[in-house]
Order: sequence, then C-alpha cells, then structure tokens
Amino acid sequence: MATTTLFTLHLCRFGQSFSKKLFSTSPSSDTLLNPHHVTFHHKLRRPNSSSAPAFFRRFSTVAAASTSGEVNYDGIGTADEKYDVIVVGGGHAGCEAALASARLGARTLLLTLNIDRIAWQPCNPAVGGPAKSQLVHEVDALSGEIGKIADRCYLQKRVLNVSRGPAVRALRAQTDKREYAMQMKSVVESTPNLSIREAMVTDILLGKNDNVEGVCTFFGMKFYAPSVVLTTGTFMSGKIWVGRTSMPAGRAGESASHGLTENLQRLGFETDRLKTGTPARVDIRTVDFSGLEPQHGDKEVSWFSFDPDVHIEREQMCCYLTRTTGRTHQIIRDNLHETPTYGGWVEAKGPRYCPSIEDKIVRFQDKESHQIFLEPEGRSVPELYVQGFSTGLPERLQLPLLRTLPGLENCSMLRPAYAVEYDYLPAHQCARSLMTKKIQGLFFSGQINGTTGYEEAAAQGIISGINAARYADGKQLIVLERESSYIGTLIDDLVTKDLREPYRMLTSRSEHRLLLRSDNADSRLTPLAHEIGLIDDRRWKLYQEKQARISEEKKRLRSVRISGGDLAAEVSRVSGQPVRDSSTLESLLKKPHIQYGILDEHGFGNIELSRIEKECVEIDIKYEGFILRQQSQLQQMVTQQHRQLPEDLDYHMITTLSIEAREKLSKVRPQTIGQASRVGGVSPADITALLIVLEANRRKAQEQSRYKIMNAMRAKALEEEVPEVSCTETVSS
Amino acid sequence: MLRASEKPNAVMAHLPALRVLLRHINCLIPPPRTSMPALCTIRATCHFLLLSPKPRKLHATATSKGPENHALLLNRDERVARNVTPSDVVEKGSTIAAIVTSLGGPPGAVGIVRLSGPSAVSVAGRVFRPAKRSKNNDWKPMSHVVEYGVVLDSEGNVIDEVLAVPMLAPKSYTREDVVEIQCHGSEVCLRRVLRTCLEAGATLAQPGEFTLRAFLNGRLDLSQAENVGRLITAKSVAAADAALAGIQGGFSSLVRSLRMQCIELLTEIEARLDFEDEMPPLDLNIIMDKIHSMSQDVESALEAENYDRLLQSGLQIAIVGRPNVGKSSLLNAWSKSERAIVTEIAGTTRDVIEASVSVNGIPITLLDTAGIRDTDDVVEKIGVERSEAVARGADLIIMTVSAVEGWTSEDTKLLERIQSAKSSTGSLIPVILAVNKIDCNPRAETDWDRGCQSHDIFSKRVFTCAVTGQGLQDLERAVLELVGLDAIPSGGRQWTVNQRQCEQLVRTKEALERLQSSIKEELPLDFWTIDLRDAALSLGQIIGEDISEEVLSNIFGKFCIGK
Repeated sequence: MATTTLFTLHLCRFGQSFSKKLFSTSPSSDTLLNPHHVTFHHKLRRPNSSSAPAFFRRFSTVAAASTSGEVNYDGIGTADEKYDVIVVGGGHAGCEAALASARLGARTLLLTLNIDRIAWQPCNPAVGGPAKSQLVHEVDALSGEIGKIADRCYLQKRVLNVSRGPAVRALRAQTDKREYAMQMKSVVESTPNLSIREAMVTDILLGKNDNVEGVCTFFGMKFYAPSVVLTTGTFMSGKIWVGRTSMPAGRAGESASHGLTENLQRLGFETDRLKTGTPARVDIRTVDFSGLEPQHGDKEVSWFSFDPDVHIEREQMCCYLTRTTGRTHQIIRDNLHETPTYGGWVEAKGPRYCPSIEDKIVRFQDKESHQIFLEPEGRSVPELYVQGFSTGLPERLQLPLLRTLPGLENCSMLRPAYAVEYDYLPAHQCARSLMTKKIQGLFFSGQINGTTGYEEAAAQGIISGINAARYADGKQLIVLERESSYIGTLIDDLVTKDLREPYRMLTSRSEHRLLLRSDNADSRLTPLAHEIGLIDDRRWKLYQEKQARISEEKKRLRSVRISGGDLAAEVSRVSGQPVRDSSTLESLLKKPHIQYGILDEHGFGNIELSRIEKECVEIDIKYEGFILRQQSQLQQMVTQQHRQLPEDLDYHMITTLSIEAREKLSKVRPQTIGQASRVGGVSPADITALLIVLEANRRKAQEQSRYKIMNAMRAKALEEEVPEVSCTETVSS
Repeated sequence: MLRASEKPNAVMAHLPALRVLLRHINCLIPPPRTSMPALCTIRATCHFLLLSPKPRKLHATATSKGPENHALLLNRDERVARNVTPSDVVEKGSTIAAIVTSLGGPPGAVGIVRLSGPSAVSVAGRVFRPAKRSKNNDWKPMSHVVEYGVVLDSEGNVIDEVLAVPMLAPKSYTREDVVEIQCHGSEVCLRRVLRTCLEAGATLAQPGEFTLRAFLNGRLDLSQAENVGRLITAKSVAAADAALAGIQGGFSSLVRSLRMQCIELLTEIEARLDFEDEMPPLDLNIIMDKIHSMSQDVESALEAENYDRLLQSGLQIAIVGRPNVGKSSLLNAWSKSERAIVTEIAGTTRDVIEASVSVNGIPITLLDTAGIRDTDDVVEKIGVERSEAVARGADLIIMTVSAVEGWTSEDTKLLERIQSAKSSTGSLIPVILAVNKIDCNPRAETDWDRGCQSHDIFSKRVFTCAVTGQGLQDLERAVLELVGLDAIPSGGRQWTVNQRQCEQLVRTKEALERLQSSIKEELPLDFWTIDLRDAALSLGQIIGEDISEEVLSNIFGKFCIGK
C-alpha cells in the first residue's frame, strides 16, 4: 500500500510538472512561487486545462518521466501540490475554513466542484435570525467573513425580538444571493496564502499512523497536506427529488460528488442520510403585490460585523406576506399520495423546524391558513423566494398550488421546489475541535456533520479552519467550550447528541444564553482570535478602544449623580418609580423601561459613544444582577463539567456503569465529564461512577510512576554506588 | 481565558500527591527538574502551552497520535470581567450539606450537620451567630477552633444552640472548607438546622457525597478506592430505588404536573423567541396567572413537607398535671404498656418517662412528667423542673385533671406556670384538657363546663378514664385535629416529601419568587425563561430529565412553525 502511494505520487508529480510546462500561460517563475499570485495563475490556466489534461496526464506519465530530466521546474511544479491545509468544498463552511486557515499563515488550497458557485445560497436568501445571528456575530468576532458579506449585500434588515431581552435580540438580513456569492468569491480570491482549484475529491490519502496526507481527485490529481477539511454540504452522493422523480445531484443543476462516501466508509466512518428541501421560486414580475401586506426593513440598520468598515447603508427592499387558502389545502389533501412522505416512497423525515406545506396541513388540520413570506432573491434578478411553502409534490402540481396564494394568481414559476437527500457523518465521530477521532488531521464541517443553515456551517468552518492550520503547524487545537459561545454549544450538541434530523441552532438550545449575547460576542471571542493571530492590529485596536469607552462610560454613570430636574421627572414618569435625590445615572438606568436614550435627551449621555456602545453599557448595567448570577452558576457547574476524560477509557470494563451508559459512552467517547452527562441514557449515578473510576485510575498511574521513579533511582544508586552520605549531602545542599 | 488541557484545578488536585511524592524523593536526591517548575508555574503554563508553538513538523501526524491536546476556552466576557471583583467569581463548585449523624434510631444527645464546599464558611456565616460577636457581620472562623453560638433561621429566630467546628481546606475530611454544626440530637432540630443551611444556599448532599469528594480530592488512599466506589454506587442505587418508589407517590404527580406547567410555559415563551413572526402574540395575563397558581402549588407541597417531618420524627406530647391525677395511668393505657409505675402515692413519677404510640401512622412520643407542685423533696423538685422544661419543648401538652377532685386552685396555678413557660419561647403550644378518672364521677361531664369556663386557653377538652380506656379515641382525634392532620385524606399518607424533595421545592419556590419579581419589574420575556428553567430544573432533578430537547419537541409538536 505504502509503495503504491509513493509510486503514484511520483507519477503525479511528473505529470503535473509536465502539464504545467505545456499549458502554463504565465511564464514568470516568480508568479509561480509567490503564493499571492497563485490564484491568478490557476485562473489563467483553467480554460486550457479543461480541454484534456487530466486524462492526458495519466496516460502521459511515462513520457513525462522520460523527459523529466530536461525539466528544471520540477521543484516549482511539485511545490504547488503541497499545502498545509486543504479545504474540500467552497460553501459557507469551506470559505470560512479556508479563509481562517490562510489568515493564520497556512498555505491553503480550496477545492470546489464549481468556482462560480462559491458561497452560494441555495435556499433562503437570508442570513441571521434568532440564535443564528449570534453565530454570525461570533464568527465575526473571530474575524470570519459571513457577517461582513451579509452586511455588504443586504436587501433588507430587521432586528427581531427587540423588546424580549438582550440575549434573544436577533438581526436578520435578506441578502442578494448573487452579490453575496460574488463578494465572498472575491474575498477568497484575494486572500494571501489561499489557492482555489476546481476538483471533485474522491479519496482521502492516508499516512502510516492513521493520519491524513492529502486528497485524490476524480481526475487523479493528488494534493498533499497534513490537514484536510471536508465540507461536502449536500453533495456527497446527493440526490434530488421532485415528486417521484429523482436524479443524482448536489443541488438542482449541479452534479453530486461520488466515491467519497464509500472511501470514508472504508476508513471506518459511519455514514447516514439526511433530507432537506427548498421551495419554488416565482417570477417577481408576475406577482401582484397590491393586496399583500408589506414587510419593511428597520429604519435604523443594525450590523452583524463588529468592523465599522462594512457599516455602509444601502437602499432596502420589501418582503411581502401572503397566506394559504382553502383551495391550497384542498389541492394538497387531494394529492397527498403524490408526496414522498405520505406516498411512502421516502422514509427520511424532513427537519421538524422546516416542515413541508403538506406536513403543516396534515398535522394542524384545524388551522385554516398558514403564513407564507415572499422574499426577493436579489436586486438584479426577478426571482422571488416563497418561504414556508416547500413541498414534495410533483412539478405539474406545483404551479397550480402556487396560484392558489393571494397575489400569485397569475404567477409563473422559475424553479420548482425540490428535496435533496445526502450523506452525512454522525458528528460523534468528531472531537470538539472538529477533527475526526479516527484520522488525525481530518476535519469535518457543515452539513457533513448533520447541520443545516449557512450560519451553522460558517461557525463550524471557522473552527475547523483554525484547527486545521494549527494542526499543520504542530500547535494545540482549540475547543470552544459549550458555555463560551453559541459556536461551542452547537459543536458540543453535534458531537454529543444523537441527531436524527438536520441540526438548526435555536435560542432554546443554549442554557446560558443571557451570557452569550450578540452585543458581547466580541468581548467573549475577539481576545482569543487576537491571541491566535486571526485579528489584525487594526481590528484589535478598534476592539480595545471600544471596550475602554464602554468601561469608562460605566464608570462615569456610576459617579454622576442627579437631584431632581427634568431627567428625574421623566424617569419617574416612564418607570413609574420614584427617583431619590442624588441618584446615580447608573441607578436610573436600572429602572424599568429606562433606556440610554433618555439620558441623551436630557444631555446626560455621552456623545462620543456609538449607538452600539450605548447599548452595551445599558445592557451591562440594567441586567447586571442577572448576568452575575448566571456567571456564578456557570462557575459552579464548570469546575466539575470540564474534567477531562481520557480518550482510551474502556467503558465496557467499568462495571459500575449501567449497560446503556457503557454502550452510549463507548460510541460517543466524550471528552469531558460535562459532555458525558449530556449523552442520552447516561444518568447522574453513571457520572459519579465515572468520576470514581477516573480518580482511581489517576491514583494507580501515579503509584506506578512513583514506583518507576523509585526503581530507576534505586538502579541508578546501585549503578553509581553512591554512598549514603552523599545523598544526605545533596538534600542539604 | 485560555486554558491548557490540564486545568489548574486538576493540577491543584495533583498537588498534594505530588508533594507526597516529592517528600519521598527528597530523601534520596533533589526533585526531578521537571516537576519543580510545574509546581511553581501552574498559572503560567496554561498560557504558555497554547502560545508556544512546537517546532514545526511537516508530518506532524506521525508523532502526535494519542490523547488530543486541547486548549480550552472558558467563558470569560472581558466586559464582565472588568466589572467583577475576583472574589465574586472564584467560587467554584457547589457547597453541600447533610445531617451526618444517624437518624431514625433513638435520638442521640448531639447531632451534626456538615457543610462542605467553597462557600461552606459563607453559608455557615449566614445561619450561625457566634456568641462572641465580631464587629462586622462576616463570620471569619479560625480553622479547627470550636465556636459556640446559635443557629438562626431566615427571619432571625433562634433554632438551636450549637457548636460550630470550622475545618478549612485542605485540613478537612473532604479537603474542602468544612463547617460542622453540632446541634441537639433530636431529629426535628437537625432537620431545621439543615433546612436553614439549604435556604442559605447549600445543596443537599447526595448519598455518600462527602466520601466521594474526599476521594476525588485525593483524601483516601488507593486501597480504599474500590470500596468507596462500591459504597457510593450502592448508595446511589439505593437512592435511585427510593426515588423510583417516590415516583408512584401522590407527591410526584404534583411535581410532574408542576414541571409540565413549567415546560409548557417555556414552550409558549421560547417558541416566540425562536419563531417570532410566525406565532400569535402571547397572552401575558394567562402566563402570569399560571405562574401564580404554580407558586401556590409549591407552597402547599411545602406544607406537606411539614407533615412528612411529622411522619418521620413524630410528635412530642407532654402529659402534665398535679400529682396523682392519673398521668402515668393515662400513658400506660394509651401506649398499652406498663411503662410508668403507677401507685396511689402522689409524686411517684420523678423523672420524665417516654412511651411511643402511633396515631394514624404518625409516631407520637408521650412524655409522662412528674406532677407539678411546690415541694421540698430535692429529687421531686428536680422532677418538677424537668416537667416544666418538657412542657416547654413539646409540640402539644395534655393537661390532666381529676374528675373526682374537679378544677382546683392548684390547677389554676399550674396552668399559669405552663402559660408563663409558653410566653418565654414565644410559640403557642396547644393544650388539651384531659379530665381523667371520669368513671369515678360520671356526672362530671355535665358539671365540668360550669367549673372552668374561664379557662378558654384549652384548645380541646376530652373526658378520659385511664382504667377503662374510655375517651382515648377522643384524645387521639383531638391530637390529630390540633396538629392539623385531620384535613389530610387517608390516601395522603404516601404523600411523603423527603428532605431532598423539600430542598428542590424550596429551590423551585425561590425561582418562582424571582420570576414573579421579574414580572413585576417588567423585565423582558427572555428573563422569565431563566427562572422558569431553574424551576423546571429543580423539579426535574426529582424525576431526572433533560429540558432543552423537551421544550423543543414541545414547540414543534404544539405549534405550526418553520418556514
């Protein structure tokens, strides 16, 4: 096996250098060597290489080898094949992974099936929403890209849950999906250390120690790197369904990737299948909006990114609301047998939070109507996304169904709704660093881990990108604890719980969400990002200045006191509580319904603070009691929960554990006690048993090492025949 | 913020062991070079491990098989960290409390409530008031120095006179801060002290948890390890069995319904937080009504706990009266024994005599006392003093008079003495008047009312005959009525809430109180979920389930959401 690998490696290298020599249009060897220009080089070469070379290369290897003596670019050619990190897939996970890795200085290669579909939004033209927006803020705090691109490409922005508490306030942006993909693509293309290549990866190359060495593509190319990140999305053995008809595809119009699943299975990975879907798109010009309820964006726009450079306001577009009618329900009820779920030819259930319209109608029969949202997909395209209307009905019924909706009576359909089935790898096979437990250096992110959503993908992408780069660099991997962030919660859930449906982030999944707000995502995560080298000096300076201003302002509010006056009168009127003489501004802010704006109105605000900073100050002061209580609860819990579990613990041998716990723990192999306690079927008594075993093992190990040291010393003492006197001397000295 | 794979804590736990090891090694040669810096720079290493890049390896994979080394990021919000003084956050791990002396047998003279954990001293400081009061309120005990004082409940009432024995970490059984409160040995006393500790913030210890902590903190040696394992497993199995048995009881259905209500409210609220634009608006009034009725349910369940305490420790009933009115005969007749010596001679009973009876399943300790009178006999005098002390400490007093002699001036005097005793403790002890020897004067029943109408101090009056057993049932009924147990239906006997469930109800009650104040202060909806979750968690621990997933499936089951 090892020799074959070695052999092909050689052949490949020759082939590559040969082809390069033949087809390279960029003559300067400087350009080749300079990683900044590598992308350029690829782009220039692509039209040529698409003609034949991939097949040609294998066949021509002998010839190439014979001529290799004359080739001087050998080193240059092969250098291109070796990277620090290879990211497979150019979706939302892949982009963040590749960017983070490249920004950390790792030579990174992004392999994607289609360069024109980088960062594509195949479903909702939107970013954010409850819980998801927290993920976006957190990724941004780690210097990820999703927030910035969404801020640049928004069509409409709204803050949800405005009055329901700072922890659940959520920003949602409708995005221009074409612009989004373009923007992200140009960022990826212009990032130093990052190369892009179109390829379908079919195999993982292994080293001798269950470590990854690189990937092999369909056309026989081999790319080498100590870290590989797989972000295959819905493409791995993807199959799309419309009605009873299916075809292999990752998305409508894009071919699936084949072979990788089988190879991963051969490596011992467990794979399974998930299903998701997307609704139809209609032509915006054929919709009559006059009778529909418009949904406007916020007047005052909020931002995902903490970087003020991308805070550029643009004109907003409107979304509309329509509803299902009796006729809609009738058509669906009459044709239930034509849907995959009720017709019985697809067993896989869709996610609960994303039910098809037929599911809604069957399960909630007493509801006469369901809301449907109409969302534009871009400024320059006529497509309209019909949210809440995904269906498994055959295409011939889809248009009649759409036309039952008010406003869509005469609509024309641009793309039919379809469902997609794909392979994923239950994520308990990953550690919380997102590196797989089986193969060192192999990372999974995004839908391959069973999640859904751009934000969830981006969140995993940035973590696997960071860790892939660190792993290639021989550095310790980074784990975000569950309690630190929504990202941590997401990953902890993924690797611990037995998931049966695509995982979507929801606020109710976070136990300590009051501490994990969007406004403090930067103060939670940016210091870490700075420490590992992801945040540049400019961002770091901005961050520090912001924190200083907030902390100064809190100090000021604590010290400034007022007695009577307009402000006091207004505060007592609004809050319904009396204002005592010489009250601090801080104490005023703590009163119900009192916001920083009132201080501003009466000239007690600080004009140097931005709106966001004022909000931070307000939250910190207003909810201080709650925040501190949660913090101390967390501290109490964390001590126990973060105890590490050894990776090689044999749970089957621990007879004090219940049988169920033994099985579940052997499967999930949690990394900490806290994680173990969240594994289904593990009781508090099991955790106690586990703690005892850990401690007993630790003592045994300690005893052994002590015994060894003693023995070694005794042996040494005998060897050197040191008289006892000298020992005491050593001690006394 | 960054933590190395080996947490400082874990390192700390190793320290004592390391020290032992070093001591051994020291006898021979200087300590190995590596272990000394490790000892000195635990803090530094956490930082160091992450930031120091190992020499770059192209084929890093080949060598780094084995346990993955992770840098762990703990939740630290720089903005909060700036605000908080270190002492606010250092509190790590929970503080547990339990009665560590045996219960259920005959009461010992002294019983011990033990607190262990990082906030053991502060919890003890909240309930314990030393006799020698320091100027500021904080209790700053010296380790291993016994202090005398009292335990106060949250309203400041004295519960018991105690000795507090602080044993600060690491010189204690668990190697954590430990405070042992030595109180009087009666079960009631111990439970009251424990409950006060729980209310002050301690958590009730799991069975064997002190030993578990001692073991986990490196206190017991390896040879004991397996025994500890077996012991604790056995105990938790027993606890699980007990809890399982509890599930069938009347109480657990209440807990389950309370918990369901919490989950339902969470579902209502959280569905709106996650799917704002798809849901009809929330009716806050209905939510508030539900919360209100839930806190009432918790209150009544906590009252049931009172009954439970009675079930377990019983009632103390003192029988008092003039000499020779038949107190001892009454005790013998009631307990169907010859526990007390009965003679015609007044003043036969000198000391307090106990006998046990069971009324409707409630264990009752009858205390026969020396007849109370002015006497010159030294021994009898002590007996009389004791009688008065017993009367003061009892849950209920039966004052016995003789139907033959009728109400006498001595009886009036005696009543006054009891009354004065009552006012000194401030609590009202109900008194039953038992007119004994009714067989000797059958007309007394009708005559009696005229005789002592003025004495409305008596909560009940019964006519008894110790010799024939007549009136004993009336007496029992009177007792039940007075302690408020008649209202409990017969099926309610399984309505047992043990101390653990009580603790959880206390936590639930606290959470609901906080919730109501959040509502009153008009805090946003999300804040309601914090305390609702706490309440559901406290209630869940009784039955043992997980919340997030339940709320989610509820949301998806109940509402038509999702786009």
